[in-house]
Amino acid sequence: MGIVSPGFSGRRRSKANLPPGQYLVHDFPVLSAGPTPRAGLDGWEFRITTESGRVHAWDWAAFRALPAEDITVDLHCVTKWSKLGTSWRGVSLDTLMDGVETSAGFALARAVGDYTANLPLADLLDGKAWIAFRYDGADLPAEHGGPARLLVPHLYLWKSAKWVRGVELLDHDEPGFWESLGYHNYGDPWREQRYWGD
Amino acid sequence: MARAAVLGRLSWLVARLADIRDETATARTLILEVPGWPGHLPGQHIDVRLTAEDGYSTQRSYSIASAPAGSRLELTIQLLDDGEVSPYLAQVLSRGDPLELRGPVGGYFVWHPADPAPVLLIGGGSGVVPLMAMVRTRIASGSQAPMRLIYSTRSRDTLLYAAELERIAAGGSGLSVDVVYTRSAPPGTGGRTGRLDGDRLAALAGPQDAGVACFVCGPTGFVESIADLLTSRGMDPRQVRTERFGPSGGN
Repeated sequence: MGIVSPGFSGRRRSKANLPPGQYLVHDFPVLSAGPTPRAGLDGWEFRITTESGRVHAWDWAAFRALPAEDITVDLHCVTKWSKLGTSWRGVSLDTLMDGVETSAGFALARAVGDYTANLPLADLLDGKAWIAFRYDGADLPAEHGGPARLLVPHLYLWKSAKWVRGVELLDHDEPGFWESLGYHNYGDPWREQRYWGD
Repeated sequence: MARAAVLGRLSWLVARLADIRDETATARTLILEVPGWPGHLPGQHIDVRLTAEDGYSTQRSYSIASAPAGSRLELTIQLLDDGEVSPYLAQVLSRGDPLELRGPVGGYFVWHPADPAPVLLIGGGSGVVPLMAMVRTRIASGSQAPMRLIYSTRSRDTLLYAAELERIAAGGSGLSVDVVYTRSAPPGTGGRTGRLDGDRLAALAGPQDAGVACFVCGPTGFVESIADLLTSRGMDPRQVRTERFGPSGGN
């Protein structure tokens, strides 16, 4: 626990169960390192590349033909805000990985531009991650990652790469964009893994 | 500053409020003395942690406003009406009080004073704060990189760093400042108001420079609009670094 701040009482004591250091928001902040890509569905493709170089690819029509599910999850951003009970629709990574042969231990999500985010492959499987294309009953807005973004809600939100275009399966861990810039390699909000060394 | 590039564990430090500078009716700059501060690059931010008597604790991030200067650090706090932390920092914290913080955080929205490339800084409202750190660092470091600050704010009453920006604007030497007033312009500025649209941006930013590094910071809607304008003018999105704050609207 920190030192007491003289004269501070705090007023937004939420009853919600939030990870340490987080506060509750009701809007949906936009955090992105650069301009919002507006390419939409032009040439959209999602590809999984295995450690042996095998490529599994879906264009938008093929992707949308896959079984999708409704998801209601809490979001935790490393910049301290949490948003609870958000509703999405997306394709489970389990569905996309079905038929992909791999013994990789790690994954690197790749998005439009040079954005990447790394995580253990296990964190993408067993109902823990989706490629989401709808938010709150509407097509996912571009500023929130539309047409489709990765959604890995049990990790800080920077892992849920907006404008995702693929996942590379790797037999070694490779730090992504923010992970190379001082942010935690794994990013578990409940252990407050914000930065290197946390 | 070299140390800032090598990020180790970010420990919580206890800063002391050394001085206060009022900026506007609702914003003030906290001048902090931070023993053990490892140094920073302009554009980086810090995390602040407040703890109440009963152990309740909350954290927020604030951009650093000052150029690197030993153990001194300046934060400019804009009071938010529905805020929990900003009222404390903008109104309660007093000279001599402790403030827990850790940093510097963020390694992307940063300007390196050794980089000679031209720089275009575009800030909306309190989004000017990290850009001011870049302006101040350029001056302190003696960098000759051409730097242009375009700062959009409602009126003279909301203008941060007014006197300093006026001095800088008069100083020349490759550093220019333009203030765009969205609601009401003070006398002597031509009285022009309105949001920073494509024509205005083109007039202020001048011809497109292939090598220019852009930093855009402000409310989400402002940054979305400026970043779209820049890329629609043909700028490579990789030249445009952004920081957004506040709600996205509609959600």
